[in-house]
Amino acid sequence: MTMKASSRQVDGVTIVDLSGRITLGEGSVVLRDTVKDLSTQGHKKILLNLGDVTYIDSSGIGELVSAFTSVRNAGGELKLLNLTKKVHDLLQITKLYTVFDISDDEASAINSFNR
Amino acid sequence: MNATRVSYTLDSTLASVNKAEQAVAEVAAKSGFDEDECGRIALAVREATVNAVLHGNRYDPTKRVTVSFESIPDSLTITVRDEGPGLDTRLIPDPLAPENLLKQSGRGIFLIRAFMDEVRFRTMSPGTEITMIKFVRGADRDGNKEANQ
Repeated sequence: MTMKASSRQVDGVTIVDLSGRITLGEGSVVLRDTVKDLSTQGHKKILLNLGDVTYIDSSGIGELVSAFTSVRNAGGELKLLNLTKKVHDLLQITKLYTVFDISDDEASAINSFNR
Repeated sequence: MNATRVSYTLDSTLASVNKAEQAVAEVAAKSGFDEDECGRIALAVREATVNAVLHGNRYDPTKRVTVSFESIPDSLTITVRDEGPGLDTRLIPDPLAPENLLKQSGRGIFLIRAFMDEVRFRTMSPGTEITMIKFVRGADRDGNKEANQ
């Protein structure tokens, strides 16, 4: 399954709904290009919805980290929403669970940007 | 003792990575691993094959990756071999170290070690061979069932 990304705006937050596999190759490129385009367009509050991400490998994890640091370096914030158990476990094993701001509730996640 | 052995010789492409991952997922399911374990084994093989294709053979069309599976009742052994310049695992940085936590790469071998029970590297000439073993839950490393202890 290829990866798809679509974005929407809610209360000033750009939510990116991702689905499919974030792996070396197409999936990683889609994520990278999507976040890069949003940053270029000036979006500073980005919430990646990973609820329909079925699979992620070390390259995909690296792409999430890269997205996080590039948005932060541009003065913005990137947070994660709706991790599946597989993605949750991977972020925990790699100690990245403490790096990312992660939420299971979209409304709470949106509010957390506006504090 | 029943044993199943399968070996694939693959091109140095990303398609080979997907093929190896898919093949081991099927073998792992038949070997008695549950769905979560099959996912972890498949990810470990994916990471090993990515390393072989990307860092070992560097997508060289003249070089091949060999992926072998050996399934016996208590364990699954997977070997991935490339024809690259070799890998010194002592030089691989710890991805959990604070200074490496936000690096984009360097987590593949860490995940392989986290998900498999035994991991060994062997320097070949040329190339690197990684052997990964996963024991069926309830079997120890000598292949004995816990219930028989």
